[in-house]
Amino acid sequence: MTYEAVVLGASAGGMQLVKNLVTSLPNDFGLPLIIVQHVGDNSDNVWPNLLNECSQVLVKEADEKEPIQRGTVYLAPPNYHLLIEPDHSFTLTIDERVNYARPAIDVLFETAAEAYREKLIGIVCTGGNFDGAKGLLRIKELGGMTIAQDPETAEASAMPKAAIQTAHPDYVLSLDGIKKLLLEIHTAKTTSHELEN
Amino acid sequence: MNESASDIEIDLLLESIFQKYGYDFRNYSKAHVRRRLDQRLRLSQLGSFNAMRDQIIHDPEYAETLLRDLSINVTEMFRDPLFYRSVRELVVPMLKTWSYIKVWHAGCSSGEEVYSMAILLKEEGLYDRCQIYATDFNQYALKQAKEGIYRSESMKKYALNYQASGAQASFSNYYHAQYDSAIMDASLKKNIVWAHHNLVTDSDFAETQLIVCRNVMIYFNRHLQNQVHKLFYNSLSNGGILCLGNKESLQFSDFADSYEELDKKQRIYKKRYAN
Repeated sequence: MTYEAVVLGASAGGMQLVKNLVTSLPNDFGLPLIIVQHVGDNSDNVWPNLLNECSQVLVKEADEKEPIQRGTVYLAPPNYHLLIEPDHSFTLTIDERVNYARPAIDVLFETAAEAYREKLIGIVCTGGNFDGAKGLLRIKELGGMTIAQDPETAEASAMPKAAIQTAHPDYVLSLDGIKKLLLEIHTAKTTSHELEN
Repeated sequence: MNESASDIEIDLLLESIFQKYGYDFRNYSKAHVRRRLDQRLRLSQLGSFNAMRDQIIHDPEYAETLLRDLSINVTEMFRDPLFYRSVRELVVPMLKTWSYIKVWHAGCSSGEEVYSMAILLKEEGLYDRCQIYATDFNQYALKQAKEGIYRSESMKKYALNYQASGAQASFSNYYHAQYDSAIMDASLKKNIVWAHHNLVTDSDFAETQLIVCRNVMIYFNRHLQNQVHKLFYNSLSNGGILCLGNKESLQFSDFADSYEELDKKQRIYKKRYAN
């Protein structure tokens, strides 16, 4: 299977995890990584900029109508929901909070599932609520790969636990396991790409 | 790319709404429309978008509910306080050069941001020479906006936004609270005209000096955004001001060169003088 995108949700404890993961990606990472991380409503561009400075891949806030590119990490802007269109571009909305959150992981995951179907990888990581569980289930229903962080290794276990209960994901992995799996998929993708050429 | 069966069903549904009721959601964000339709589909216990389409064609009341689903946007007073601070600092001095000011709040929804602007204009001594046109195509939201009644609970958050916007007075001066409701002061409503207007299907509005349309066009696709930008351009006087939402940009629109940026971050633009 050739995957085309990765979506990831994190809440409490997410900053460390996102930093750890994003800084480990090689500069030619063959997929886009799209992240909803629960943050305060009025935080500005400081966090994406900081991440970008210490990463090999490009890290940026997702812009309205921006076409999604591989090798790029996109963060949902605070106080907007992040949606993915069937043509693989972003939409931002100010709709009601979902699971008390805006951006909500479920909103990203459900729209990404429709847009990428079986070519999507969804990952639910550390967090103290249950956002992302329904979205991960939707990814699974449409044939994508589903992963939850091992609750034992997560800083806050409630969110990956809820995801496991609701979606019965394909993999339950530590952060290191998630990194390893993503790199394997990246390598497989670049190798098959080279063969095609 | 091949469209999935449900994508095609949604396209047909939107086509039917347009043909039967004249409301055009065909150029809305597909991901957004699908989410709202999905929610209604689950609540209505209908099996598919095709079944929903049938119901819409034959049941105007059901159609009404769906139109409401598709068109209501949530907002708050002084949303993005720094935007209002920038309006005070950059836009107000320009507005003061006009003897009579027409303000168009396009897509005003339930009115929170219209009252915010009315408060700001009042505090800056401009309200009495302003006419504010607040428009939306959702009659239900418009009715709410006109009444100006909000939940007392929300007022606490709005008061914090108000203070962060650089205002000097007390937010409680502008409403009267009773039990769990708060009604906006009548003096704010005096110069506001609430009107039904559909950005997608209606034409130019009036010659205005300030257009505020925040977080409305994010729901539209690029084609429709350009169409609405044309409408705004034609409705603004030379040197008039256009205010968009914090994540909206003119940069990729057909009208990027028609405006100068007054505040890049707060998305405030000034229409260039036409040659």
